[in-house]
Amino acid sequence: MNERFDAIVVGAGPAGNAAAYTMASAGLKVLQIERGEYPGSKNVQGAILYSDALEKIIPDFRDDAPLERHIIEQRMWVLDDESFVGTHFRSDDYNKPPYNRYTIIRAQFDKWFSSKVREAGALLICETTVSELLVDGNRVVGVRCDREGGDIFADVVILADGVNSTLARKAGFHAEISPGNVALAVKEILFMPQEAIEARFNITEDEGVVIEAIGKITDGMMGTGFLYTNKDSLTIGIGCMLADFKGSPNRTSPYAVLERMKKHPAIAPMIAGGEMKEYCAHLIPEGGFYAVPRVFGDGWMIVGDSGGFVNSVHREGSNLAMTTGRLAAETAIAAKEAGKGFGAASLKAYKAALDESFVMKDLHKYRDMPDVFHRNNQFFTTYPELVNRAAKTMITVDGVDKKTKEREIFGDFRQKRSLVGLMGDAFKLWRAFR
Amino acid sequence: MNAAVNVEEKLFQNRYRVDAGRPHIRIKQPDLCRTECGTQSCTYVCPASCYKAEGNGSVTLITDGCLECGSCRIICNEHANVAWEYPRGGYGVLFKFG
Ligand SMILES: Cc1cc2nc3c(=O)[nH]c(=O)nc-3n(C[C@H](O)[C@H](O)[C@H](O)COP(=O)(O)OP(=O)(O)OC[C@H]3O[C@@H](n4cnc5c(N)ncnc54)[C@H](O)[C@@H]3O)c2cc1C
Repeated sequence: MNERFDAIVVGAGPAGNAAAYTMASAGLKVLQIERGEYPGSKNVQGAILYSDALEKIIPDFRDDAPLERHIIEQRMWVLDDESFVGTHFRSDDYNKPPYNRYTIIRAQFDKWFSSKVREAGALLICETTVSELLVDGNRVVGVRCDREGGDIFADVVILADGVNSTLARKAGFHAEISPGNVALAVKEILFMPQEAIEARFNITEDEGVVIEAIGKITDGMMGTGFLYTNKDSLTIGIGCMLADFKGSPNRTSPYAVLERMKKHPAIAPMIAGGEMKEYCAHLIPEGGFYAVPRVFGDGWMIVGDSGGFVNSVHREGSNLAMTTGRLAAETAIAAKEAGKGFGAASLKAYKAALDESFVMKDLHKYRDMPDVFHRNNQFFTTYPELVNRAAKTMITVDGVDKKTKEREIFGDFRQKRSLVGLMGDAFKLWRAFR
Repeated sequence: MNAAVNVEEKLFQNRYRVDAGRPHIRIKQPDLCRTECGTQSCTYVCPASCYKAEGNGSVTLITDGCLECGSCRIICNEHANVAWEYPRGGYGVLFKFG
């Protein structure tokens, strides 16, 4: 391709679409390259869409975006083998438009977002994998594609190529991801009649429920499971740290933890009869604040998962992807207007904007979280068991007086974890959440 | 825990466009898996079970069912024995839902 572009965006996930849309809307000449047959065909998410980040890009997205259900209830479950203890938060406030969050199906959502990007004037090429960045000295000047005559040039390249971040890694901008900084998630989509979903989750048309679960389902690994309601399907998935899978004493496979979760007595009845139509796997960058690499340089910026922008504590990723994509695009627009070029000196405004936004503020707030959880797997093993046993002891009516039951529970905790250990755990959590 | 689960049955639901004869992932030095790697964790961590532990101690790789997650490359950090690329544009797994 002989044409030259203001900007090339690699990837058509939420980060790349946000960036391409924002730049094209401002009149920049944008080329977007996606390796999948269509945008979304390679992408995996739970998937909760948080309205705010998208609203800031496409305010009237609700008019035609493919949204499944708006979420009115959030459940958090702690599971042992037979039981769960949980909190449910349901509020009619979440039933008042404009809705705060929705379930979506990523392949459909990405296709929709991409149609908006093209309407805004960006040129999209699919079925094309970018194999490397073209670098002149220190400056990124374009990309090399796996098609014939595949060198394309632009003033700035925005890397929105997802968690594996192959291009920045090959260019030496950052090192390989460490297994302790990334989770591996597997999920399935299970179809069933809409009425069955609404009856099982106590919801009416368009209302949705999400369940997040921790505990024995992860077989001692640090991780969480999820179950989300779509219109006429459920998505069920589970993710654990890749380092934990690798070091698993039982040599546990991801599909085995998923199967175990599906068979849990609290979950099995909700998914019963569902017809499984797809099985996916994907990584989630969970290293947090300290794992974010350098995200800009001469002629390049990194956005979305490729830069490790995920808040794993709150299970937010796509909104950080869209926000970082938008901020990088705004930086490029301002650089073009200022006419001072796209060198690092001008693109450092991107990092400043990130630091000012919720993206870096939230990652900073939870900066110690990944480490605390990772070095203390009792949060995923011992505690779920203890909490469930405590609940059962208190709730079962068997002629034993409550004082004795309390002592029994306390003894149980003391036996599994010393008093110092218990207090230490509370302190670690408090410090990491503070 | 793994034995009872048939991952092939799961993969059977997925759509793929296989780039016949051009696998996108390669074990760089197959001997290394046999002689240097005690755990062969790729054989149970790969969510599509593309890596198989063979009776003679070697590991074989068939990428047809690959979900393109990247785990195998990352967990092989001691030996860096996985040459990993995405499939050529348009090939590989094709999610309808994701
Ligand atoms: C199981 C799971 C559940 C999740 N749940 C949630 C949730 O509920 N809510 C939430 O907000 N986030 C969630 N996340 C995180 C969220 O999915 C990601 O943060 C988000 O998708 C990141 O967007 P992205 O655009 O940066 O990357 P991606 O969505 O991965 O997009 C990258 C794009 O680049 C393309 N690409 C990559 N390399 C190349 C190349 N070399 N050449 C051409 N194209 C290329 C890919 O095909 C892809 O389209 C979840 C993630 C997983 C795995």
